[in-house]
Amino acid sequence: MADKKVKKVRARTPMPHQDPQVRAGNFDEVALGYSREQALIEAERCLQCKKPTCQDGCPVNIDIKGFIGCLVDDDLQGAFDTIRRTNSLPAVCGRVCPQENQCEGSCVLGKKHDPVAIGRLERYVADTYAAQSACEEVTDLSTCALEREDLKVACIGSGPSSLTVAGYLAGRGIRVDVFEALHEPGGVLLYGIPEFRLPKTVVSRELDGLRKLGVTFRTNWVGGKTITVRDMFEQGYNAVFIGVGAGLPRFLNVSGENLVGVFSANEYLTRVNLGRAYDFPNYDTPAYKARRVAVIGAGNVAMDAARTALRMGAKEVSIVYRRSEDEMPARREEIRHAVEEGVKIRCLCGPLSFHGDNQGRLKAMTIQKMALGDPDESGRCAPVCLDGETEQITCDMAVIAVGTRPNPILLEATPQLALNKWGYVEADPETGETSIPNVFAGGDIVTGAATVISAMGAGRRAAKAIADRLL
Amino acid sequence: MGYKILKKEELIPGQTTMMVIEAPQVALKAKPGNFVMLRVSSHGERIPLTIADCDREKGTITIVYLVVGKTTAEMNTLREGGEFMDVCGPLGRPMHIEKSGTVVCVGGGTGIAAMHHIAKGHVEAGNRVIAIIGARSKNLLLFCSELSSFCPEVRIATDDGSEGHKGFVTEVLQDILETEDEVAEVVAIGPVPMMEAVCRVTLPFRVKTTVSLNSIMVDGIGMCGACRCTVGGKTLFACVDGPEFDGHKVDFAELKTRLWQFKEQEQESMELFSKECQCNGR
Repeated sequence: MADKKVKKVRARTPMPHQDPQVRAGNFDEVALGYSREQALIEAERCLQCKKPTCQDGCPVNIDIKGFIGCLVDDDLQGAFDTIRRTNSLPAVCGRVCPQENQCEGSCVLGKKHDPVAIGRLERYVADTYAAQSACEEVTDLSTCALEREDLKVACIGSGPSSLTVAGYLAGRGIRVDVFEALHEPGGVLLYGIPEFRLPKTVVSRELDGLRKLGVTFRTNWVGGKTITVRDMFEQGYNAVFIGVGAGLPRFLNVSGENLVGVFSANEYLTRVNLGRAYDFPNYDTPAYKARRVAVIGAGNVAMDAARTALRMGAKEVSIVYRRSEDEMPARREEIRHAVEEGVKIRCLCGPLSFHGDNQGRLKAMTIQKMALGDPDESGRCAPVCLDGETEQITCDMAVIAVGTRPNPILLEATPQLALNKWGYVEADPETGETSIPNVFAGGDIVTGAATVISAMGAGRRAAKAIADRLL
Repeated sequence: MGYKILKKEELIPGQTTMMVIEAPQVALKAKPGNFVMLRVSSHGERIPLTIADCDREKGTITIVYLVVGKTTAEMNTLREGGEFMDVCGPLGRPMHIEKSGTVVCVGGGTGIAAMHHIAKGHVEAGNRVIAIIGARSKNLLLFCSELSSFCPEVRIATDDGSEGHKGFVTEVLQDILETEDEVAEVVAIGPVPMMEAVCRVTLPFRVKTTVSLNSIMVDGIGMCGACRCTVGGKTLFACVDGPEFDGHKVDFAELKTRLWQFKEQEQESMELFSKECQCNGR
């Protein structure tokens, strides 16, 4: 016992990455993943605490201590099964979760040293398991025959919250049909998160896993247009889960905003990710060609847009943010990756107006310099304009990444659905049930833009409530 | 599983084509003014097209398109019995149709197809519909007989005078507005310059004028903001707030510049496609 206490705590095992100079020119994944040896070294750092606080920090409550224990015992199958009990998308979460604020943020080791790299280990388990079980998977052994053919649930949207609901319910023998408006399922995992952070092969692997459980995906079905919630009940669905995501992009309402060359981050990322504009003209969807790009906003979406612009050939990309670097909502790791790749950060300034050439194309932007004032209702220091201090910067493309508003399509088609004062769906925080009985909701359409894992947490709570109701 | 093309007809050879596509879930919900997002193949671009007609019983929708770029050119290579990879809809707000009296529906180019669906809706709602259709020449007029089959008053304008009035649809419209006692609404669908011209004509008469905007779209479901347009000084999205808007409030100049955003890439795509076609043809 005494020995253990004096045992020197090793530093966190670094993650191998593609070289910044190289990766800024390709769409391949940036973080390369642990080798078996690295994973074992890192797993052995885990203290196997009596009370694993890390698990409390996880929105879907993964048995972290359990899966790391299995890993140390060289039991990959056990580690994978442990994670999958609560998380149907481990390869996704191991990549895009803000672990530093969640599991790793609650790791006991983190109080004095670096916390255990839980996210990287989760990714290791998911990826390695998938690679090793590939042979087994082609034999197409069905893991779960539908037990209750009489029960079926519809999910609207195929992003992380719906996929979680689908995984949970299908695993309990309930049939799930997922309705997706776009031509490919995956929601934000597909159109929003770039290939270099979350490869599409990883997403399709997770989707295939769900298909094996009996989940069906119906693409080109727009909830509220092609099919309404009422239609779903008429077609015999026992419950409906609404996971339609964040919605309409917000703009800034400054002059020149509709000039050619000013895009929402959603449009830019959807063109590149879903439309594969990075492979134009092999794929038909084009993206705007630009040399100097300004990205407005500093969340993960802004970082994704900035890093995408670099990869699409821009010579200069800047993040323009009205607060200081400390207030940036993006993950530290994403900011660091962006800076390493060459993205410039301009803090304490915001766009005042956009200027075009005589053909209506963006050529410059006037920015207003700011200072930090007293904290506002968000708890962060509010940006205050410095009178008269403006500057004109040259740019031929601007990407606006300042958040979203609720998408009206499903909400207008479902007038009985109660909304909160921000226009998002009102749902019971425990069960996700909405004002319409047996209609549940979760993810960004309830909370506003948040993280993949928080949407999954909501999906899990709703799925549990649906299962309790139906089974 | 694709969306089968049940019928293909070249309305104007090499230029405008009509297709009837099997898409029962879309046909069931489609109303005049709605559009669909289409994708030809796995490498294709999503493009919006107005639903020109639909048949609930048969589960089909009709589209009419003008070959302007790679995607529409590729669509033209599809044959009857072939398939679209994706058809998504019906999208957009349907045209607001109520019994209001006399409605003048103006259509130009491929816009005539969409206009005919709306004119049909107005006739069904019990309105007196005067349709005006225009083209450069007689052989370029679309949907003439379809329109005449349900609409008793169809006026025609051709640039060369080969049929009907020699000149523009706006001149016919001007004449109607001057002679008719009361016109409740004018609906215009067609090329942007035509819709803009119609709005200029109707403004002094203070007639409610509705136009259908054909902005660039990526998803068509309110996610990307590509289709944004300025209407009455406010930024609105054609896909979820439209595509129909009060024409007197639309910033047409902005719409025109935004429609040209991807001109270079569109040319690049088209050139590549033409080369491929030539190679395959040999």
